[in-house]
Amino acid sequence: MEYVFLGAGIGAGLTVIGGGLGIGKLAASAMDATGRQPEASGDIRTSMIIAAALIEGISLFGLVICILLALK
Amino acid sequence: MILESVKAVTDTLSKVADKHGGSGWIMHHVLDSRELGLEPFGVIHLPQLHLFGLDISITKHIIFMWLAAIIVLLIFSVVARSYKKSLVPKGFTNFWEILIVFVRDEIAKPTIGEGYQKFLPFLLSTFFFILTMNFLGLLPYGNTATSNIAITSTLAVFSFIVIQGSGMKKNGVFGYFKGLVPHGIPIVFLPVLFIVEILGLFTKPFALAVRLFANMTAGHIIIFSLIGLIFVLQTYFVAPVSIAFALFIDLLEILVALIQAYIFTILTSLFIGMAVHQDH
Repeated sequence: MEYVFLGAGIGAGLTVIGGGLGIGKLAASAMDATGRQPEASGDIRTSMIIAAALIEGISLFGLVICILLALK
Repeated sequence: MILESVKAVTDTLSKVADKHGGSGWIMHHVLDSRELGLEPFGVIHLPQLHLFGLDISITKHIIFMWLAAIIVLLIFSVVARSYKKSLVPKGFTNFWEILIVFVRDEIAKPTIGEGYQKFLPFLLSTFFFILTMNFLGLLPYGNTATSNIAITSTLAVFSFIVIQGSGMKKNGVFGYFKGLVPHGIPIVFLPVLFIVEILGLFTKPFALAVRLFANMTAGHIIIFSLIGLIFVLQTYFVAPVSIAFALFIDLLEILVALIQAYIFTILTSLFIGMAVHQDH
């Protein structure tokens, strides 16, 4: 029985849930901060993109492991 | 040990690329291969070279990496020559000055602080090289050289060398390691914190390499999967939906190409800033 593909699929789904929740929370606080002080929106946007790329990097670590599992 | 794990990743991926049919079609386009495929016109077989038992044959990703290097060299030699004529740019140079000033003012100056001019050539080269490699993958018959873990690992190794070298040159070898742990903590925590900081020195460039590789590869796999849906479902009616989604993801890929080049450069300059000004 090939459970490897099931493991890879469930793993990829869980990783994406984690990344999506993290970046969603980040975007929510970025919107709040921009609403409070629209002059700082440039700095907030830059920091938001950096933090989003870092969180996405972690979620892609998990994805790479799932791809390696599925391809073996 | 690192070489073995990189080799394990590339071996697994190359084993999959050999089977055509099913997921092999997608992997065949995304992964490295020894032939340049110009689909309706035939394939160009690239030469295989062996040196002292190591396989250094020229593959598809290497050809596109050289192409990106040649493009960056040509563009920026024209830009540099036009700066000799007049400091006020016009036309072609003006466009590249926007990006160069962006790298200097948004990436180098805030993160490194004073003394940022020494690192500007390295940061600019990294940014434009990665940007060109990412964009070449979005053209027809193009291929993303950065979706190869070996190429991104090499870029991360260069970043590692620049970070440690600049930190050690500024603070001295022993002073650099001493400055890794903050002052004013109890002696009990010192060994643990020291080990954690040393590990952090290695995981940060590793994360840079994997982030760039995974972002580029995942984006292209999504595009190929969406277009491959037409062949899997074997009907023409799925084609408008599939092409529309693939177009949207392609536009997203342009954004991701820009953002990933920006993130690699800004994280490298952040680590350089942390290494050079250790007490910030």
